[in-house]
Amino acid sequence: MNSSIAPAVRERTSLVRSVLANPTGLVASVILLSLALVIIFAPAIAPFDPVKVQVFKVNAPPDAEFLLGGDGSGRDILSRLIYGARNTVLGALIAVSVAGTLGVTTGLFAGYYGRLIDTIASWISNGLMALPAIIVLLAFFQALGSSIYMSMAVFGVMLSPGFFRLTRNLVQGVKHELYIDAARVSGLSDLRIITQHILLVIRAPVVIQVSIVSGIAIVIQAGLEFLGLGDASLPTWGGMLQNAFDNLYTAPLSAFSSGLAISLTVASLVLLANAIRDRMQRGDAPQRLRHLKVPVPSTSAPAPASADILLEIRDLVVGYPGRDGWVNVVNGVSLSLKRGEIFGLVGESGSGKTQTAFAVLGLLSAGGRILSGSIYFDGQDLTRASPSEMRRLRGRHIAYVPQEPMSNLDPSFRIGYQLVEPMMKVLGISRAQARKRALELLGHVGLADPERVFKSYPHQISGGMAQRVLIAGAVACKPDLLIADEPTTALDVTVQAEVLDLLRNLQAEYGMSIIIVTHNFGVVADMCDMVAVMRNGAVVETNAARELFAAPQHEYTKMLLDSVLEDSKPRTYSAPQEELV
Amino acid sequence: MIKYLLRRLAFGVVLVVVVSTLTFFLVFSGGERVAANILGDSASSADIAALTHKLGADRPLLVQYGEWITKAAHGDLGSAWTTTGSVTEILWRRVPVTLSIVGTAVLMMTAISAVLGITAAVLGGWADRLIQVVSVIGFAVPNFWLGLLLIIVFALDLRWLPATGYVTFASSPAAWITSLVLPVTALVLSGIASASQQMRGAVIDALAQDYVRTLSARGIGPASILYRHALRNAMPAALTVLSVQFIALLGGAAIIERVFAIPGLGELTVRSAIVGDVPVLMGVVLTMIVVVVIVNIVIDIINAWVNPKVRLS
Amino acid sequence: MSSNVLLDCQAVNTRFGSLHVLKDVSFDIRPGETVGLVGESGSGKTTIGRAILGIGPVTSGRIVFKGVDIAGQSPRERKGDATRIQAVFQDPYTSLNPSMTVEDCLVEPMVARGIAGLQEARGRVRALLDQVALPADAAQRFPREFSGGQRQRVAIARALALSPKLIVCDEPVSALDLSTQARVLELFIDLQQRTGVAYLFISHDLAVVRHLAHRVAVMRAGGIVEFGDCDQVTARPSHPYTQRLLLAAPVADPVRQAERRAQFKSLVAGV
Repeated sequence: MNSSIAPAVRERTSLVRSVLANPTGLVASVILLSLALVIIFAPAIAPFDPVKVQVFKVNAPPDAEFLLGGDGSGRDILSRLIYGARNTVLGALIAVSVAGTLGVTTGLFAGYYGRLIDTIASWISNGLMALPAIIVLLAFFQALGSSIYMSMAVFGVMLSPGFFRLTRNLVQGVKHELYIDAARVSGLSDLRIITQHILLVIRAPVVIQVSIVSGIAIVIQAGLEFLGLGDASLPTWGGMLQNAFDNLYTAPLSAFSSGLAISLTVASLVLLANAIRDRMQRGDAPQRLRHLKVPVPSTSAPAPASADILLEIRDLVVGYPGRDGWVNVVNGVSLSLKRGEIFGLVGESGSGKTQTAFAVLGLLSAGGRILSGSIYFDGQDLTRASPSEMRRLRGRHIAYVPQEPMSNLDPSFRIGYQLVEPMMKVLGISRAQARKRALELLGHVGLADPERVFKSYPHQISGGMAQRVLIAGAVACKPDLLIADEPTTALDVTVQAEVLDLLRNLQAEYGMSIIIVTHNFGVVADMCDMVAVMRNGAVVETNAARELFAAPQHEYTKMLLDSVLEDSKPRTYSAPQEELV
Repeated sequence: MIKYLLRRLAFGVVLVVVVSTLTFFLVFSGGERVAANILGDSASSADIAALTHKLGADRPLLVQYGEWITKAAHGDLGSAWTTTGSVTEILWRRVPVTLSIVGTAVLMMTAISAVLGITAAVLGGWADRLIQVVSVIGFAVPNFWLGLLLIIVFALDLRWLPATGYVTFASSPAAWITSLVLPVTALVLSGIASASQQMRGAVIDALAQDYVRTLSARGIGPASILYRHALRNAMPAALTVLSVQFIALLGGAAIIERVFAIPGLGELTVRSAIVGDVPVLMGVVLTMIVVVVIVNIVIDIINAWVNPKVRLS
Repeated sequence: MSSNVLLDCQAVNTRFGSLHVLKDVSFDIRPGETVGLVGESGSGKTTIGRAILGIGPVTSGRIVFKGVDIAGQSPRERKGDATRIQAVFQDPYTSLNPSMTVEDCLVEPMVARGIAGLQEARGRVRALLDQVALPADAAQRFPREFSGGQRQRVAIARALALSPKLIVCDEPVSALDLSTQARVLELFIDLQQRTGVAYLFISHDLAVVRHLAHRVAVMRAGGIVEFGDCDQVTARPSHPYTQRLLLAAPVADPVRQAERRAQFKSLVAGV
């Protein structure tokens, strides 16, 4: 029994602590915390009464008494700034509470129950989003009265679609997860599923949205006050900017402090949101792809002596940048492939079989590098080939058939175009010639109506047809080597048999070599001349297919072959004792 | 596709009707208050009642609404209460001004954020960090404050550009452009900040698709993959960004026009809101909604054109 | 109703709008028995499984569990023994909530069904983990700390928490590696022998089903084309579709596979 636990990635530090560990997150938190303190202790901090007028201080420059100077009416700018924080933040809180409550609740219900509730809520949300908020608030100004807080409540309603859409999309994404089904089967009520499972998932994104929306609310509120639609008796940052604007020509400097206060607050909110988002997206991944040194290969292995060998991989090491340097996913793989041979690369997940194949194609995922070793293809070392040399090889001499047929066709282009474009590029033939050849190929890979498929978009054909199209594309330029990465894993078993047949026939016809990457020993037995069994980035055993199946040498190969379920002895049924009573 | 566009059109029409109706009942409900507002503090209640009657604001709301919608259907939005002239005329003078500002801003925003977004998505590194910084600044600096700062620096201090005012294209193209530089700059920053960030995301998503590897494996070069395949697939997301940002810029223009004393729709809205010129406000809201609906339908058509799933449905 | 039948599906039909996805599906499961349900994608095998679990719709027909018709009842509406139908799903990565510890996952069904208080339920976690051969210290860990096979063990433990009479297993091993798959299947057999639970084992893989099932039903396009004894259906099928399904799957032996391929070709050519 496999009872050992994989090395635990114990990173259960709370969100708060990890956000504070991020420098920008820390700075943002400190600023917001100071703001909160200023708001609470405003009467103690502010040197003057914010509405007290001192006539001789009108538009006064900063001095020892009025540290930031006086405004257009002779009031202390610093004191107004401090009290203004209160009113500004209160307005933002109102808008955010209204928006959040309204948006999250409707989003939860619309997302979970769908149908009519969803349709109606989405229409209303789309309608609200089509309105420029500030225009609506201006139009309603007379009806709402001069209280800015009423306007901010209305603004909250106008902001609620942001929360609604976020929540609804998250819930829709989550509700088809199998763990929700499992919870329903366990007998949980809908309410319990929403509060226990779904809220857990949407928590962090909603916190991010609260942070962002608070920023928007502060800016819009200040905007309204700037336009003179606020309560003139209350000190607010927007009102202060209005005052500064009115005195722009006499005291331009007074426009700085309140604007800076707004910007700093909003920037802190955004940076806080970014810090939370970073933490969520990154999870346990390394902080950033570090620029690690690639060791220079010491000596290059000589090219294979025999011209009969198409591909020879020697001591290949492929790495991806990790937390503590390179993580090798392929660790010293050597294999050689003859012309016209079908070679199976077989192993379980994480064995490095796909990465080996991608290394030959020169198409490792972002960050991946060949760290050492050589890949001789037709006498040329691919590890030393330039990107443009690799590009000339791909399509023309080395081709690729992927695992998932649907996602490997560009949904925005017709299938015909996706075949014609590479042929024109690689073979340098005209569009008409390429089109003729594409139609021939589509017929050749067993598609009944090549004309129709040629004109179709990917979403109009089935997965089995799409895989045939991809094979047609791969063999279009008669490559020397075809790399097929789990080419039938996504297909039904009857379609798999047909596709394997097709690959076999094309191989016989063109005489190309094929590397089949697979986890399925049946596929290997069906197709391959040679097999290499991989584990943990290394080849444990290579042999001719017949020998390998008849007499596996390595313990791991034996274990894998023993795990293959074939011709098991059927179980005999006997009713359990308690049921007989 | 016809069905899809008809559905979008129907949504637009419903939106125009619903919004104008709701707005009507909210803004027209305070006729008496408006009359008092117009006449000032010294007015007697008899004067107020007389003015309320003269404006027709003493009739039941439903009657007023019936009259308004009948006339509106014929393109007549009534007369302004606080200035002379018909609302339609006033709007006609203002719409081109606002559209020239917002239109220029949209074009600039699209171009700049597309370049920034694509560069950041493809290069990563410094370009990525630049976009992060731009997006935080664009979000945190309110456009009206930026406007004030621009005026202080470029008009009052350096005297390179006019501080305020608007010149029509017809009277002087060069002056038209200089009068637009500061307002458009102030308006467009926040748009660029958010649009470039989203464009970057859309391009990164498109480049992470499986078919990109398959196309590379067929010998298609990186330029063709980026410009032909990835950008085409990033288009729907980019169009959504464009439509959201257009609405935001339209709203932002209201404040910017005030800062730069530009006689556009936004400036009209602010003035009418303060004095309570209800027919004008009604006209502005209606105009804005119609503009938004038209822009959205244009975007829907483009979307249907680039997205075969929509086009063939 | 004979006491020798645990679950009896009688002419179950399901339509999604104009799509007729289940067509008169009838089969039964005896107590402690494994019935394998084999079919290709779109055959409706998952839909019937969800209907039995009460999380998928039934348009007409009866699903009789221990003499009570439970068709169309949600798990929440089910009473008594009908609550003892549980599930193990295909993808071990999405069938456990990533933000809940293993203990939370296992305690939840017991508390929700009111068969144990929170403290009592926690006390049972250790025994459940023991049953699926996971160490006791797994309780405080999160799903992401486990491999696919281990997660599937947690999912099985969750199903066992309510002492089920029937577990609907929807492709429970198809996302697992070969060696892990074999061990999880052994666990299924072991648990059945110890607890007498019955399985409806849904899979696309005849070989897997043969390993575990007593009887096998083959579905195609919403209907059952063949239902019978495991050995007969998986080794000597009578229906041509089952024959094709059987011969299409390659066996891990180049010599025998060559023969099998020839048989498949002649069968397809003959049809």
